[in-house]
Amino acid sequence: MKIGVVTFPGSLDDRDAQRAVRLAGAEPVALWHGDADLKGVDAVVLPGGFSYGDYLRCGAIAKFAPVMTTIIERAQQGLPVLGICNGFQILCESHLLPGALTRNDHLHFVCRDQRLRMERVDSAWTNAYAAGEEIVIPLKNGEGGYVADDATLDRLEGEGLVIARYLDVNPNGSLRDIAGISNPSGTIVGLMPHPEHAVESLTGPSTDGLGFFVSAVQALVGAR
Amino acid sequence: MSLDTVARAESTPDAEQPYADLGLKPDEYQRIREILGRRPTSSELAMYSVMWSEHCSYKSSKVHLRQFGDKQPEGGWPQLMVGIGENAGVVDVGDGWAVTFKVESHNHPSYVEPYQGAATGIGGIVRDILSMGARPLAVMDPLRFGPADAPDTRRVLPGIVAGIGGYGNCLGLPNIGGEVVFDATYSGNPLVNALCIGAMKHEDVHLASAKGVGNVVILYGARTGGDGIGGVSVLASETFDADGPAKRPSVQVGDPFMEKLLIECTLEVLHAGLVEGIQDLGGAGISCATSELASNGEGGMHVHLDRVLLRDPSLSPEEILMSESQERMCAIVTPDNVDAFMGICRKWEVEAVVIGEVTDSGRLTIDWHGDRIVDVPPRTVAHEGPVYNRPMARPSDLDALQAEDARALPRPQTPEEIRETWLRMTASPNLASKKWVTSQYDRYVLGNTVLAQPEDSGMIRIDEESGLGVAVSTDCNGRFVRLDPYEGAKLALAESYRNVAVTGAKPLAVTNCLNFGSPEDPGVMWTFAEAVRGLADGCLELGIPVTGGNVSFYNSTGDTAILPTPVVGVLGVIDDVERRTPMAWGPDGEILYLLGDTGEDFAGSEWAHVMHDHLGGMPPRADLAREKLLGEILVAGSRDGMLTAAHDIADGGVAQALVEMTLRAGVGARVWAPDGVEAATFLWSESPGRALVVVPRSEEMRFTAMCAARGLPAHRIGAVDSGLGADVGHPGEQVLQVGDVVLTLGELREAHESTFPSYFGPALTV
Repeated sequence: MKIGVVTFPGSLDDRDAQRAVRLAGAEPVALWHGDADLKGVDAVVLPGGFSYGDYLRCGAIAKFAPVMTTIIERAQQGLPVLGICNGFQILCESHLLPGALTRNDHLHFVCRDQRLRMERVDSAWTNAYAAGEEIVIPLKNGEGGYVADDATLDRLEGEGLVIARYLDVNPNGSLRDIAGISNPSGTIVGLMPHPEHAVESLTGPSTDGLGFFVSAVQALVGAR
Repeated sequence: MSLDTVARAESTPDAEQPYADLGLKPDEYQRIREILGRRPTSSELAMYSVMWSEHCSYKSSKVHLRQFGDKQPEGGWPQLMVGIGENAGVVDVGDGWAVTFKVESHNHPSYVEPYQGAATGIGGIVRDILSMGARPLAVMDPLRFGPADAPDTRRVLPGIVAGIGGYGNCLGLPNIGGEVVFDATYSGNPLVNALCIGAMKHEDVHLASAKGVGNVVILYGARTGGDGIGGVSVLASETFDADGPAKRPSVQVGDPFMEKLLIECTLEVLHAGLVEGIQDLGGAGISCATSELASNGEGGMHVHLDRVLLRDPSLSPEEILMSESQERMCAIVTPDNVDAFMGICRKWEVEAVVIGEVTDSGRLTIDWHGDRIVDVPPRTVAHEGPVYNRPMARPSDLDALQAEDARALPRPQTPEEIRETWLRMTASPNLASKKWVTSQYDRYVLGNTVLAQPEDSGMIRIDEESGLGVAVSTDCNGRFVRLDPYEGAKLALAESYRNVAVTGAKPLAVTNCLNFGSPEDPGVMWTFAEAVRGLADGCLELGIPVTGGNVSFYNSTGDTAILPTPVVGVLGVIDDVERRTPMAWGPDGEILYLLGDTGEDFAGSEWAHVMHDHLGGMPPRADLAREKLLGEILVAGSRDGMLTAAHDIADGGVAQALVEMTLRAGVGARVWAPDGVEAATFLWSESPGRALVVVPRSEEMRFTAMCAARGLPAHRIGAVDSGLGADVGHPGEQVLQVGDVVLTLGELREAHESTFPSYFGPALTV
């Protein structure tokens, strides 16, 4: 079981994502932005960071990377892809997920332990959670406000595509408190908070984030 | 205007040169002429002026800083692998791992342009760590500002915090600690110090020296632009037409994305074994890098300055030599490794160019399109600058200040007075929650942060297999240093040492950032000398060496010097980070012990400052033998699982320690003063050598026996109690009860956390 983690110039949480994949029992495989070869991986994580310095717009340049050409094509055919933070921004820029992420409404970068309520729990990345389960994982972003038009938001909610919502406080002005969304088949998930930073009690606020990676392993086992 | 070449300098010996505008004194200029046997070219003059500046040459501080090297145990420091003088010192932390750390100032740029000044401060210190061969692991920022309610603080603080966050977050380094301190003396001169920690295996340690005749000099990273050329604009105005781009910002502009690529690229070329010597470009840019590399190596180097890649093609050679453009590094590479080096640079999309080669000429020679513009002995630029024994005099107001005994100040007596004092102290800017600041920093990236603000130290795991880690704290109470610089510096060291030890890490090494006023003021110079003497003596006594640091002079607001602020950073090692002791206490029934002795130490205290706006008296004496013993007890308690929590007692005394611990835990406690200690003294005295520890009942006997056997006073002063609220009229609430005083955690939290948002605007602090 191999899960690829892409490193773009400016990716920061790629090592963390690799560690999370390893702790979930899969083999992490480093993928390079300039290499279109996915090295036979069964799923892909687009990690957090500031790919290409966030120049132009977060994720806007990354979508043109050679590796993304392959990932976009394979994702449309069902390859499980998790985009975390900057990865979520890349998924939106690539139109694999609807909507966009904008500057936090309070205009500050924010790093905090964020409580979330899990909603869709039958996706490739969330099947290890129970519906309505509350988790605490780190959130850290400057441009994490999820926005989309009302019709899109209605559709996301109506079709049950919202992965998780913010509890206690909306940390960035995301519409309808949305923290993460998925495509209809549940293979592609974008999430603003960072599950890869909550995989060890020693270094994270909890181990609640491990479930995202365990979910992928379970989904891949089930698919075999 | 034509190029000022060496040949031209020889033929026009009497040409006037603007040395004074570049900050050189007449005798310094004369010495340059003697060294060269002619007048310097304008490029040489630029190099000498910046390398002989206070910032680069340490000309006023050198004679004092020698004590850090001279005062050492017989046989030297066992833990020290690389000492003072390199980009950063290196310490052996065991298991084949080495750690390097250093703190530097970026005070003046941050006042002029808070965001970029603070951002490039991070960038510079990270490159220092990188150039030792280490992977940077974390950063910390000790900050000092004018009063929280001053209008200019509202301009400076948010910009500085955003700059640190903007650069550090984008670089992918967790920010794990630091300080935010307010005092009126910092009004027109905030202090922005930046610390970075890095780790490497022993065999990966690299040094800044240009060895091997025929090896090439590669400049890589960002292109060179006109930023940060500062004083050299005097030369620029001579060499440019009136309508040329003469006016440029003298504060450098940072690009953290470039720095991130530079880090990854540099680590890859180092690990591939392609580098013989390496140096970062910071203050004094190419002048500094080339002269230091040559001076530390074979002694000669030849540079083709016209090969430097430029962002602005109109730059003059003088400006290129001086430019402080960020995100640049210089490497010495053997000719057969150049292709491989360039290949890795291309992979990371980092531009690189060979600008010269190592020679054995004993000279640093620099050509500009074939014309020789620099021909100097590199040691005279880099290491043999002027050294001053500045006049020193004990400040005339010191006796009067020390006579203002803080013990005479009225103290709160009744429960109501104590309650009111407590809430006011908790909300005061220096003691209030710094979450407004730290929530703008990424503390999670890299996944190895074990402890971060508001814990006593930041702690980072170095080795995921073994759990080996390091802890770092920075501290300084400038008021203590003002009242008694010798003891004050020792107290700063003692506090930092204690902050590391309370987390369970064994203190190992010291870095410092010595922020002072003008060295030309004899009072400031005396204070500086006393502080350095205290620090050097203290380090010897504690057995931990100074591995490097930085001096920042000329910090003043108008004629008023800042509080003397020798920020001391202590690094400790912990064998297994799982054993760390956090600040928050655990379950009901655990027992609170106050370790150490409490005296009436109010001089320079936060209580005297907040409640009486008072600065006077004699600060406590630093008993470093006691600090060492306390440290040993704390480390043993952590290692043997006897402690669930521990907290250093410093600013704000026991009261503040209790507030921070109870809020961190979200659980209340019942506390009483030790026999014979008056309530206000118990709560707000700042006697050093103390810590508050929390012991499970099952470990009480073992722990107290250890303290008794070692001769460390341990006073049983309380118990964690989550059900106390109902007993004291606050059912359903967590409360802290001390004697007859009851405070709910709700009101404490409100006091503690609303201060920063009230001054600096709403931010997500919940």
